[in-house]
Amino acid sequence: MSHLDDLISEDIIAYLDAQENKSFLRFITCGSVDDGKSTLIGRLLYDSKLIYEDQLAAIEKDSKKSGTQGDKVDLALLVDGLAAEREQGITIDVAYRFFSTDKRKFIVADTPGHEQYTRNMATGASTADVAILLIDCRYGVQVQTRRHAFIASLLGIKHVVCAINKMDLVDFDQKVYNDIEYEFREFSKDLGFSDITCIPMSALDGDNVTRGSERAEWYSGDHLLGYLENLDVDSADLDRPFRLPVQWVNRPNLDFRGFSGTVASGVINVGDEIMVVPSGKRSKVKSIVTYDGELDKAREDMAITLTLTDEIDISRGDVICKTDSPCEQADQFQAHVLWMTEKELFPGRQYIIKTANKSAAASITNIKHRVDVNDLSETAVKTLGLNEIGVCTIQTGAPFAFDPYRKNRNTGNFIIIDRASNETVGVGMLDFALRRAKNVHWQDLDVSKKVRAAQKHQKPVMLWFTGLSGSGKSTIANLVEKRLLDLGRHTYTLDGDNVRHGLNNDLGFTKADRIENIRRIAEVGKLMVDAGLITLTSFISPYAQERRMARELQGEGEFIEIFVDTPLEVAEARDVKGLYAKARAGEIKNFTGIDSEYQEPETAEIRINTVDMTADEAAETIVAYLTEHGYLEGAA
Amino acid sequence: MDINDLVTRAEALAETSGQSLSTISRKVLNDGKGLARLKDGGQCTMKTFDTAMATLARLETKHAVDSSLNLTHLQRLEAESIHIMREVAAQCENPVMLYSVGKDSSVMLHLAEKAFFPSRPPFPLMHVDTTWKFKEMIEFRDRRAAEVGMDLIVHINQDGVADNVGPFSHGSAVHTDVMKTQGLKQALDKYRFDAAFGGARRDEEKSRAKERIFSFRNENHRWDAKNQRPELWNIYNTRVQKGQSMRVFPMSNWTELDIWQYIYKENIQIPDLYLSKKRPVVERDGVLILVDDDRLPLRDGEVPMEKMVRFRTLGCYPLTGAVESEAATLPDVIQEMLLTTTSERQGRVIDSDAGASMEQKKEEGYF
Repeated sequence: MSHLDDLISEDIIAYLDAQENKSFLRFITCGSVDDGKSTLIGRLLYDSKLIYEDQLAAIEKDSKKSGTQGDKVDLALLVDGLAAEREQGITIDVAYRFFSTDKRKFIVADTPGHEQYTRNMATGASTADVAILLIDCRYGVQVQTRRHAFIASLLGIKHVVCAINKMDLVDFDQKVYNDIEYEFREFSKDLGFSDITCIPMSALDGDNVTRGSERAEWYSGDHLLGYLENLDVDSADLDRPFRLPVQWVNRPNLDFRGFSGTVASGVINVGDEIMVVPSGKRSKVKSIVTYDGELDKAREDMAITLTLTDEIDISRGDVICKTDSPCEQADQFQAHVLWMTEKELFPGRQYIIKTANKSAAASITNIKHRVDVNDLSETAVKTLGLNEIGVCTIQTGAPFAFDPYRKNRNTGNFIIIDRASNETVGVGMLDFALRRAKNVHWQDLDVSKKVRAAQKHQKPVMLWFTGLSGSGKSTIANLVEKRLLDLGRHTYTLDGDNVRHGLNNDLGFTKADRIENIRRIAEVGKLMVDAGLITLTSFISPYAQERRMARELQGEGEFIEIFVDTPLEVAEARDVKGLYAKARAGEIKNFTGIDSEYQEPETAEIRINTVDMTADEAAETIVAYLTEHGYLEGAA
Repeated sequence: MDINDLVTRAEALAETSGQSLSTISRKVLNDGKGLARLKDGGQCTMKTFDTAMATLARLETKHAVDSSLNLTHLQRLEAESIHIMREVAAQCENPVMLYSVGKDSSVMLHLAEKAFFPSRPPFPLMHVDTTWKFKEMIEFRDRRAAEVGMDLIVHINQDGVADNVGPFSHGSAVHTDVMKTQGLKQALDKYRFDAAFGGARRDEEKSRAKERIFSFRNENHRWDAKNQRPELWNIYNTRVQKGQSMRVFPMSNWTELDIWQYIYKENIQIPDLYLSKKRPVVERDGVLILVDDDRLPLRDGEVPMEKMVRFRTLGCYPLTGAVESEAATLPDVIQEMLLTTTSERQGRVIDSDAGASMEQKKEEGYF
């Protein structure tokens, strides 16, 4: 093995120093079984002089035994690895190959073109910067070419090379090349590639692989290796928002607390203000710690440890962002899912999803449609099978910090793990959140009434029902609560049944006890409103002063007094519980309306006349009031 | 209006940024051939010139800022390895780092120190000792573990010891299987490790090129090449059930040259055996074997000779061939490696049988 570099023999130290500045590129090759993929990679390795004599000798020996190129050395044999597939003459898994030039080190993912192995191509594409799609010029753009282009696009590859191969078999006919280039560019124009480069090639003979081609003198572009050496991907877009998914909390002792992870995008400087998603906590970067000393700044792809100026709680799974552009968080998503196992995906079944730094239980709630990788058509389906791609909705058991995959390949992706077998059964690319907790994570809020209410998507309020015994307060309150529950609201009703028998079982019906009774109910109701609940209270509450006290305990607009106005005669005539009769008989003392007064409200927000309307109508009236006054805004 | 200055600076930017001159021409003049024309004596308006100069200055600044943050291939490989190690520390219950004392292990240990700094790596080192390692390897191992401050577990297959298994009495295949493969399985079972780091690289051997970074092993430590977990992005599925485990190869994407360059750049300690010096060897079946201790039975006519030799890989001394070399310093070794034309594992006696033997060994639980 030798790079063609005289420095190696003349001045090895100068050579080593020069090699240190090599950059790095990962690419995948894909094509149909016979497009000559392994030959192309073999050619790159061979022409880069990266094959040892003993390896070459072994291949020459193997070429005679199982090669397909007659007397020529079958370079594909360099690449085809596992014994079984060597015998079958096809590549069946993802293999990684390495070679380097003086400018760059390359990692090649060799991915198969076999129909049932879409998952392997996705695997190779997931870490690649460039996709090389091999096309046999005799057959042009095939179904498989479309599939590979689509998967490359799905996995977010921006740079595509169309290697139009086996040009030697058509005498390097420019028209053949032009037709294929035109067809490819046409069908791939909506796939989001930022550049497409077409190269006429013969991998077998080496034309336009690592050198130009005299036979294709009409082609003026770079050969493949030249393109791969010069493509700028390293400084790609360091302006993107900063993301550090926290992988591991570094606590060697009580005095040091660092957050370790690999920067997923962007740049961070000491002193930058940061925000943690999902918690919303803020701080500043105190130091960027590495084994080789502290840094002033760090960029995408560096594995670093941050310390912060404040002691805030951060754990694995959190994402540290800069305050100017934090990522989103959600627990319901739409995503493109690629299924990778024979056991089908069933919506509703529990899986585990794992992002770069976090795992949680999750289920696919719905498959919107399947995408046909050959023509991009959409079909409604109930399940996804091996190698199928679907647009799905996902519900996770915990909120995830994320970015849409098309914006960030490192924070918008996940794998799906079977809970029983622990196999990786699928992968996904997040499109967007279905339900976002708007603004909650943007500010460093303590958990407050507002936050709790926002979590429930409602405006907390106290609905204070007042009226004579038997007026219908509890009946109406129950109906209102049912209706609210149907609307997805979080409610609670305090009434005589659940308060008098517990919290207030030490109180009687004297005036003092009635006042204390109402005070306690008002205070408990206040806690419930603070918890974010729509709270209904159903008590006679005969005294205006106590009702005012209850009103004043609540915030502005959080107290709605509902006077259930039933004349005494009507209530007494109904006498559902027989209490009026007992009071008249003197068996009950201090009974409101009989021997204890009821002070009618004068400023109640809602007055319900139960003589003129049924309990259901009364409930509807109250819900309508709440709707009109904006208490039920926000999606349920 | 100094058109020469514009052209010279544009060419310099093309050179340093790796962009073609026509790309830069397109950016500064909105015309891919503009710079070439100017260079050939073409002219442009004052206004076009001023705009081009301003754009060029902006490109130069952006390139300077971006390239100060550029990552070299070694920095990227290092970051990837660190990410993998941290993932294991965060996700696996009982990980261990297999330490074989070779140069790859030295790099792996160095990466572990980096990954968790200022903490110590949160797992022990383990060496499966076949009892036939070079003496220098054992000394080096004990010293390095103490320096880094990590616990060191040394496991020896006592069944093999009881049966007196050795490379001379039982041959290389049985010796390696009993003392190395079986010994490793024993140790993993004994300590119930659910993840074991290994320093293997994908460039070493064809079957390794297809192995995942997180490579699943069943209860019997077997690798199923046809049924590996898909491994996408940098998201690793670390989940195993009781008794199952992961082999984790944080340096999968390194090549031999990367390893040497990194050792050189980071000044990483490696055993002296890699450097050439006069050592007593005997030549046997075309391989130079070090007379490391008096357990090497000399055959008729064999007389140890002092030769300038070094080792390209380290294993059991009777199974590891030395190469004659004058390379006594690290740069010399790298130079020799680069100029050499046979691959690394050739010195290992166990690899030289049939082509697929490594794959078979791995399926049986060899690391």
